[in-house]
Formats: sequence, C-alpha cells, structure tokens
Amino acid sequence: MSGSEIIEWIGILLILLGAIFSVISAIGLVRLPDVYTRAHAASKSSTLAVMVCLLGTFLYFWADNGYVSVRLILGIIFVFITAPVSAHLVCRAAYRSRVPLAEGSGEDELKDVLFGADNVTPVSVEGVSFEEIESKKSKNE
Amino acid sequence: MKETILFIALALFIVAIFLILYRVIVGPSMPDRAIALDTIGVNFISTIAIVSIVLSTKAFLEAILILGILAFIGTIAFSKYIERGDIIERKRDH
Repeated sequence: MSGSEIIEWIGILLILLGAIFSVISAIGLVRLPDVYTRAHAASKSSTLAVMVCLLGTFLYFWADNGYVSVRLILGIIFVFITAPVSAHLVCRAAYRSRVPLAEGSGEDELKDVLFGADNVTPVSVEGVSFEEIESKKSKNE
Repeated sequence: MKETILFIALALFIVAIFLILYRVIVGPSMPDRAIALDTIGVNFISTIAIVSIVLSTKAFLEAILILGILAFIGTIAFSKYIERGDIIERKRDH
C-alpha cells in the first residue's frame, strides 16, 4: 500500500464520517421540539458534516491525480463562515416574530426587554418605544 | 471497495435529505422551513462532491461554490422576510 493510496483511504473514511454526521443532524432536526433547538442541531453538526466531507474530497483528488483544488478549499471556508451566520439570522427572525419556546424551557429574559413586561407593547432594546423611533424618522424626512 | 463505501455515503446523504424534507413539509412555523431548506442546500453540496468522485470528474466542483452562495443568500432573504415582512425595502433614509 503506497502513500497516496493511504491518503485516498483517509479521504474516503472522512466522507463516510461526514455522511454519518449528516444523518445524525437530520434525526436531530426531526425529533427536537423547538425552532431554537432545531437550529442548534442543524447548524453545528451539519456544518461539521459538510466540512469533513469536502476535506475528504480534497484529499482524494490530491492523492488520486495530484490535483489541488482551490475551489474545494474556498467551499470549505465559505460553509464554515456562512452556516452559523444564517442559523443566527433565522433564530433572530423566529424570536422577533414570536415563535413560542418549547414547553419546559427555562427563563426567557429577552421577552421582557424586547416586548415589554405586559407582553403587548413592542419596546426596542435601548428602552425607546417604536413609536418614538418612527416619529424621529418622519421628522428627518 | 472504495466505490461501495462512496455509494453508502451517498445513500446516507439522501436519507438525511429525505428526513429533512419531512421537516420542510410538516414544520409548524416558517423559520423551521427556512432552517430545513438551508440544511438541505448544505447537504446537496456534499452530495455533489461525492458524485464528482464517483464520476471521477472535476467539472462539478464549481457547482459546490454556487450552491453554497445560493443557499446562504436564500436563507438571508427568507429570514429578512420573516422578520420585516418585506425583502427589498423601498423607503430609504435619505
């Protein structure tokens, strides 16, 4: 078994590991009770699965015919940067559009800050109500 | 042997995509569907990588970057639509 063949086998086993991670993340996405916990399952383990799989592909092409693919490295870096950002944005949008938390979750301190204590009037984070911000905008216009 | 392992990995990714498709269809709220669609796009990326190994071609590697960018921008637009109710705001601050 030569050196390049060993690197090929490492790449293939990394791809298999990524596939198993992806199935685990899909099971988490189906079974968890809540948007926020589902985002937890979908962002972390799925990102790890894709990164491991692309790294295995890179190693395979490198050992098979000496082809160093810059596009695969770019893909790994891009997925590594963007997947947590998109999961954070979807979670923020879910909280702001008042998707309820699962039953049995603990305290929710952001609720008082964001929506006010009576849970009706929307209040921004600095303690300024949205009507004041709107009036300031109309003055500027 | 290598081909068999690659086909097993491909089958596992397809099983994962179908499991996530359940969440897209059933999902009780819109952010659920956005997260599931993002994960489906990310799984397609690695599926394309495996297919390019099986067919022993390098022509599909550009599609990985394009799918990554499209999945990211789609999720951003989706979350902005859920949060603001609008994707492109026409009233700008001058």
